[in-house]
Amino acid sequence: MSHIWVWLEQFQGKIPSIVWETMGVARRLADALGTGVTAVWIGGAITDQAEEAIAMGADVVQVVEHPALADFRFEPYLAVLTRLAKEGAPQAILMGSTARGRELAGGLAAELGTATLVDAIELSVENGRIIAIRPIYEGKLFARTYVERSPAILTIRGRAFPKPDPDPARKGEIRRVSVDLDPSVFSTEVLEWIQEAEGEISLNEARIVVGGGRGVGSPEGFEPLRELARALGAALGATRAVVDAGWIPYKYQVGQTGKTISPDLYIACGISGAIQHLSGLRGVKVIVAINKDPEAPIFKVARYGVVDDLFKIVPALTAELRRRGLAKG
Amino acid sequence: MHIVVPIKQTPDTTATITVDASGRISWGDAPLIVNPWDEFAIEESLRLKEKFGGKVTVLTMGPESAKEALKQAVAMGCDEAILLHDPAFEGSDAVVTAAILAAAIRKLGTVDLVFMGKESVDGNSAQVPPALARRLGWPLLAYVGKIREIDPAGRTIVVERILEEGRQVVRAPLPAVLSAMQMNEPRYPSFMGIRKAARMQIPIWTAADLGLAPEQVGAAASAARWPAVFAPPKQEVQCEFIQGESPEEIARALVDRLLAEKVL
Repeated sequence: MSHIWVWLEQFQGKIPSIVWETMGVARRLADALGTGVTAVWIGGAITDQAEEAIAMGADVVQVVEHPALADFRFEPYLAVLTRLAKEGAPQAILMGSTARGRELAGGLAAELGTATLVDAIELSVENGRIIAIRPIYEGKLFARTYVERSPAILTIRGRAFPKPDPDPARKGEIRRVSVDLDPSVFSTEVLEWIQEAEGEISLNEARIVVGGGRGVGSPEGFEPLRELARALGAALGATRAVVDAGWIPYKYQVGQTGKTISPDLYIACGISGAIQHLSGLRGVKVIVAINKDPEAPIFKVARYGVVDDLFKIVPALTAELRRRGLAKG
Repeated sequence: MHIVVPIKQTPDTTATITVDASGRISWGDAPLIVNPWDEFAIEESLRLKEKFGGKVTVLTMGPESAKEALKQAVAMGCDEAILLHDPAFEGSDAVVTAAILAAAIRKLGTVDLVFMGKESVDGNSAQVPPALARRLGWPLLAYVGKIREIDPAGRTIVVERILEEGRQVVRAPLPAVLSAMQMNEPRYPSFMGIRKAARMQIPIWTAADLGLAPEQVGAAASAARWPAVFAPPKQEVQCEFIQGESPEEIARALVDRLLAEKVL
């Protein structure tokens, strides 16, 4: 029976949590289908990630190492995956719903003549077929989808599935594979990497996000939010209005033309709750809204609300967390 | 420089979207708009045209009514517009849509750049740009946050791609397929542009015009199946307002609640 495959996305030797969440999904699907999980690692030089993948649920890890593959580039990575998939005939290829994951997914579907199911938030096996539920219209509707041909290409939404616990006793096979690539796939060149998220918790992976809107008033107004985020080990987010105003860079933007996040807790500070911002909050478990305006639409989606000045409440919250020894930083 | 911008007409993002028992999706009387991500691609393409000369051709695949989206793009400053319309196109998934767009782009002759939004606000899949790049055999530069430089003579482009951990600066040969992040502030249509758009006769290209057989397009050619679309389970949230004599008291009460919710 052909395996379920997982692409082991990595950045500078680190595999993000979303990949392990995807591995957990793949394991569950493979068990339901009575087959195994093959992980595919592509990059410059591997460290201990193949062993890690086995501990996380892979039965086979295919490792493709080449200096020219050190940086992610769409064309050569796609060429490797396409070649391996044509030889290995997987039932499905899964990856995290990240920027790289989504572009590879679309490329793979085009190369293999199949289709993608993007951003799966629920998966099941029915009559031997993988069924995915995915949000459309910014989460206003859900679609039940499947792929008629093989392999189905799926991307898995971050934080929609649990990360499995590693089992160091698990056994698996590591296969080093060499793939001859046509030089034409290397036509793009990575010139530079601008690290923006150094030392910060990424919005995509954060369990808690502290968001700021117009109510923060100025670039400096984010300071108490940063303090709170540090205390909570949380990521910082923002609305489009404050990004457009130049108070904070675009990478913090949550919402329709920014990031979609699904933390356990979102603390919205001075955010009115425009629909374009709310569309980025699909899958948030608990929303706390702090806003002076009791009529702000954010209170309609919030579990807890505080109608007050955020510059009083936010520092008090930080202090309370510290006082109880709950602060992380 | 000839830039082609494939766009999509979508319901307004503030629309309430509903689905009936037969699976028909409705947005009530909310207006249809140009997909907001595509507007960033239109704006950036117009800026490139202003800098390097040439023209911007806007394309969309959709019903006759999608001409309105094309006219909006023309009113913003795009030079030419083409509607890809054929009943046989209906039900095309992302890969098949990409094949139809690729056929149209080839028919346009010399093209230096294809620029589109990173995804649509209705389908949310971000799959057409990579599939289109493969169908054309051109490099893909997805999630572009900034164009650093274009060398029309040397036929190269340098962009910053926005990925999860930061920005990847990439140089690629032209022609290439780009997808746009929020990278600019799209302009409003000009008075002259609106007049031009109102007068413009927009050509319609069918499958036959693109040299595509009926079995190569639409639901017949697509591997993605959507047996059901439904409203998400309603999450009734009742907001509990936390009150207190002082910020400290409110903070205390709030932390108690969050600990009880196990989200801290």
